[in-house]
Amino acid sequence: MSIIKTVGLTKIYDEETIPVNALSNVSLEFNEGEFSAIIGPSGCGKTTLLNLIGGLDSPTSGEVIIDGTNITTLSSKDIIDFRLNNIGFVFQAYNLVPVLTAKENVEFIMQLQGISKEEREPRVLQLFEQIGLSDRLNNRPGKLSGGQQQRVAVARALASKPKFVLADEPTANLDSKSTNNLLDIMLKLNELENTTFIFSTHDSRVIDRARRLITLDDGKVIKDEE
Amino acid sequence: MAWRNIWRNKKRTALTMFSIIFAIFLSMFTKSMQMGTFGSMISNAVKMSTGYIQIHKSGYWENKTINETFLVTNNIIQTLNKNTNVSTYLQRFESFALSSSGAHTKGAMVIGTVPEIEDELNSYSKKIVRGKYINANERSINIGEELADYLKVNVGDSLVLLGQGYHGVTAAAQYEIKGILHFPIPQLNKQLVLMPLKECQYFYAAENRLTSISIMLNDAESVDKTVDDIKNQLTAAYEVMSWQEMNKELVQFVDTKVIGGVIMLSILYIVIGFGLFGTVMMMTMERRKEFAIMISIGMKKLKLLSIVFWETILIGFVAVLTGIILTFPILLYFSHNPIVLKGEFAKSMEIIGAEPLMPFVINYEMFINQTLSIIIIAFVAIIYPLFFILKFDVLKAMRS
Repeated sequence: MSIIKTVGLTKIYDEETIPVNALSNVSLEFNEGEFSAIIGPSGCGKTTLLNLIGGLDSPTSGEVIIDGTNITTLSSKDIIDFRLNNIGFVFQAYNLVPVLTAKENVEFIMQLQGISKEEREPRVLQLFEQIGLSDRLNNRPGKLSGGQQQRVAVARALASKPKFVLADEPTANLDSKSTNNLLDIMLKLNELENTTFIFSTHDSRVIDRARRLITLDDGKVIKDEE
Repeated sequence: MAWRNIWRNKKRTALTMFSIIFAIFLSMFTKSMQMGTFGSMISNAVKMSTGYIQIHKSGYWENKTINETFLVTNNIIQTLNKNTNVSTYLQRFESFALSSSGAHTKGAMVIGTVPEIEDELNSYSKKIVRGKYINANERSINIGEELADYLKVNVGDSLVLLGQGYHGVTAAAQYEIKGILHFPIPQLNKQLVLMPLKECQYFYAAENRLTSISIMLNDAESVDKTVDDIKNQLTAAYEVMSWQEMNKELVQFVDTKVIGGVIMLSILYIVIGFGLFGTVMMMTMERRKEFAIMISIGMKKLKLLSIVFWETILIGFVAVLTGIILTFPILLYFSHNPIVLKGEFAKSMEIIGAEPLMPFVINYEMFINQTLSIIIIAFVAIIYPLFFILKFDVLKAMRS
C-alpha cells in the first residue's frame, strides 16, 4: 500500500538569479514497510528529494501526498504538526540535544506529542532495548560514541511511531562496525514496527542492504529497481 | 531544559551573571548611600530650621514681618495633639534686633523658643562652649560664638537688644548672656541670639504670638497627608506648609542628585543589557542547527521561543537573586554602622549642619526596583533573538 507519492516534483533553486534545477519532474511511490535507498552522486538531488518528502522544503511545482494528505498545501504551522506525528528523521550528524540524556532525547519527541509519562516510559525502554543501549539511558550524547548516538537518533525517529523515517546519509560519519550495527537495528525495527525507511546515501554498505534502489542524476530518476 | 541550556557554556553564563551581580551591588550600594545621605540631610535641615511641617499666619512665608504673627489657640494645640503622625512640635518666635555691647553693635537674628524641645531636636545644650544653656522661665540668652567675639562679650556680660516690636512698638531690653553657642553653620554663629519663648514674646510686645510652629513627624514619608489633615482642622487664617515647599533649594539639590544617580545607573544598566543581549544572542546563534533539527522533528517555534525566553529570564533572575543575597548583609551592616567621614568631607558636612556620617538606608522598594529593572532588561535583550527564531530558515540553518 502506497503511503508516499510524489507527483511531478520539481525544485529549482535561485529561480530569479541563476536557476539550478535540483529536481526535475520526479514521480515516485513508496509503500508501507519499504527499506529504500536513494542513491546517486553528490549534488544529484538526494537531499532535496528527502527535504521535500519530509516537508522541510516546498517544491517549485508538483505534489507530495502522504497517506492522502498533500503536504505541499499545508501551512508552516500545520506542516510542523504533520512532521511530528507522521515523519521520523535521522540526520548525518546525529544531532541529539546535548543537554538531554539519551533517554530524554528519545522521550522529548513524545513529550512534544503530548504523550503521558506512563505511556512514554515503556515505549522508550522498548526502543532502547531494540537498539541495544538499555545500559546507556542516562548518558548524555557527549558520553556516547558516534555509532551509539546514531542509534539513539534512530530510536528518537521511531519514538513517535511515524509512518516513515527519512534518513539523510545516516552512516556517513560511522565506521564499518557501527554502520553494520546500525543497519541491523534499522532492518530489525523495519520488520518489527513495519515502518518505512527511506535513505539518501552513497555508502555501498547501505546500498547492499537496501531492498529498493532509486538512482538520481541531475535531479532526475534514472533507475528504480527492487 | 532552559536551566541546562544556560550552563552549556559555564564561563560565559557565569561572566554574564557576575556582571549583573556587580551592577546590582553597585546600584543598591549607591542608592542606599544616596537615600541615607539625603535622608540625613533632610532630617538635619528640617530639625534645624523648618521642621517637616510649619504653621504660620497666612502670608507670613511671603512677608516675614513681626506683624504677620499669630496667636496660639486651643484649636491649633488640640489639632496637633490629636494627630498621630505628629511626634512633637516647637513654637518659635523669630525676628531681628540690633545687639549692642559697649561700642559694638551688630544685627542679630533673635529666636524665641521652648528650650527643652529645641534641645531635644537640635541638641543645643551640647553646642554650648562657654556658660550654660537657657531655661524656659529665666530672663537670659545664649548667643553665637562669633557674635560674642565681635561684640567682645562673654558669659555673665549684658547684651542690649533694640528692635521693632509688634505693631511698631519699640523693643528694647538688656539681657545677661548665660552661654555661648558654637554652630558649624557660620550664619548662626555670627547672628544667633537664642532666648526663651515667653521672654522673646514679652520683648517684642507680642504675648502669646508666634511666627511659626515647627512640627516633627513619626513618619516623614506622610508629610503631604499630614499637611492635609492639619489644614482640614484649621481655618484659612493659617498656612500649613511642608518642608518641601519651604526648602525648595534642598528639594532641587536632592532631585538633581537623584537624576544624576538615575543617569549613572541607566548607563550601567545599558552596559549590562548589552552584555546580556550578547550572551543570549550567542546562545541563540550557536544553536541554529540544533533549533533547525528541533523544528524538523516537530517542535513548534513558539515552544522554542519559550525555551530561549526562560533561559534569559533564568540568567537574569538567578543573578538578581544572588546579587541581592550578597548585597543585603553589607547594606545591613552599614545601615547600623554608618561610615564615619574624616577630613574635608567631615568639615563640609558640619558646615551644612549635618553629622559627619554617611548613613545607609535599606528600603525594600530598592530590591523590587532592581529585580524589575533586570527583568525588563532581560525582556529587551530577548527581543531580537526571539525575532530571529520567528524568522528562522530551517534548511539554511541545517546546512550551516
